[in-house]
Amino acid sequence: MHIKPGEFVSVLGPNGAGKTTLLKVLTLLTPPSEGQVHIAGRKVSEEQLALRKKMGVISHNTFLYANLTAYENLLFYGRMYDVPRLKDRVKEVISEVGLQYSLNDPVRTFSRGMQQRLAIARAIVHNPDILFLDEPYTGLDQHAIKILNQVLLSLTNQDRTIFLITHNFEQGLSMSDRIVILVKGKIVCEMPGKDLTLEDLQKTYLKCVGEK
Amino acid sequence: MRFLAKVANIVWKDLVAEFRTKEMISAMMIFSVLVIVMFAFAFKPVGDTVKAVSPGIIWVAFTFSGILGLNRSFVNEKQNETLTGLMLTPVDRTAIYFGKVITNFIIMAVTEAISLPLFFIMFDYGVAGSILHLILIIFLGTLGFVSIGTFLAALSANTRASEILLPIILFPILIPLMIGAVQSTAMIFDQKAFVEFAGWVKLLAVYDIIFLVVPFILFDYVLEV
Repeated sequence: MHIKPGEFVSVLGPNGAGKTTLLKVLTLLTPPSEGQVHIAGRKVSEEQLALRKKMGVISHNTFLYANLTAYENLLFYGRMYDVPRLKDRVKEVISEVGLQYSLNDPVRTFSRGMQQRLAIARAIVHNPDILFLDEPYTGLDQHAIKILNQVLLSLTNQDRTIFLITHNFEQGLSMSDRIVILVKGKIVCEMPGKDLTLEDLQKTYLKCVGEK
Repeated sequence: MRFLAKVANIVWKDLVAEFRTKEMISAMMIFSVLVIVMFAFAFKPVGDTVKAVSPGIIWVAFTFSGILGLNRSFVNEKQNETLTGLMLTPVDRTAIYFGKVITNFIIMAVTEAISLPLFFIMFDYGVAGSILHLILIIFLGTLGFVSIGTFLAALSANTRASEILLPIILFPILIPLMIGAVQSTAMIFDQKAFVEFAGWVKLLAVYDIIFLVVPFILFDYVLEV
């Protein structure tokens, strides 16, 4: 599998297809059992810290500390990524997700949608070149979905690479350059996303998964 | 320098969260006080008895309350999968270990600073021997306890019965440390000269070094469990 810089790739597949495992391998959380991963021309096993700096991850888990405020969470993660002019950057991303009025509230008081919006801010606070998303639409309200799509659109316009894992055909299709269907750890179908209709995708998906 | 800044950031995050909720520190304090009170009732607090049992009681109170804190240090990171969030950041994983060790050490030190005077009050026992020597032994004993305890807490946090598993795997490894700490504390209470318990101090120092170095090498593997 080869992903070009600036490309938006969505991965679809049934439960147990290995989508999350693939994401764990690509985000350097798990070493691959076989094969190799190269990111930006670098072998990931050799330059993990430098490569992690280029990545952002949004998952259905928020990775947020419930007893810290929104501001403290972003400050903490920003420091971990050595973000320059961090305080300004925190204010910028918090406004981007529409939580500027809840900056000093503890995350435990946030609704699920607000937490997920803050998780988006956390994932982009260091301006990552590559954004990985694992089922990011799970549990999101309409407002949060709109914000997530805006962030993704803005990153796409900045030529950032986006790798989305989803069950949601509609969301997966809307911005994707390419759609990949994974079954039992293998890529069974790959197709360009731009001119594909939702109906075509559903038919192709059923065919690919069914055949396997 | 960057490594130390990351460690300091983890300590800051943990201490802000802890002193906001006081979840760990209050449980440790209450437990430590209860242990001391129970022993005060169990033993008749008269001169020789106190002298004989006090080093053991002090270290039992410290270690048992310390276990409560250790259990929470990584279990708390499971909520919202924040440990995964930490592992995704561009930081050497040993920074996570040292950050947790420092946090646990500070929280234990606060608990000890409150419970130790209480012990002397409850047992109506004045500190015999050098206070500085006692502080040195408590420092070395606590450092050894949190260094191995934090490592094993990370290991057990990935299991279903982590709060049961941690004491079971930790206490056997703590035996040399506890013997050294109790023996040297007893010698301080007996007003012995430093040279007489210097051997125990060396044992504590070597234990601390070993159990700070071993996790440095192995911590990556523990987080991958």
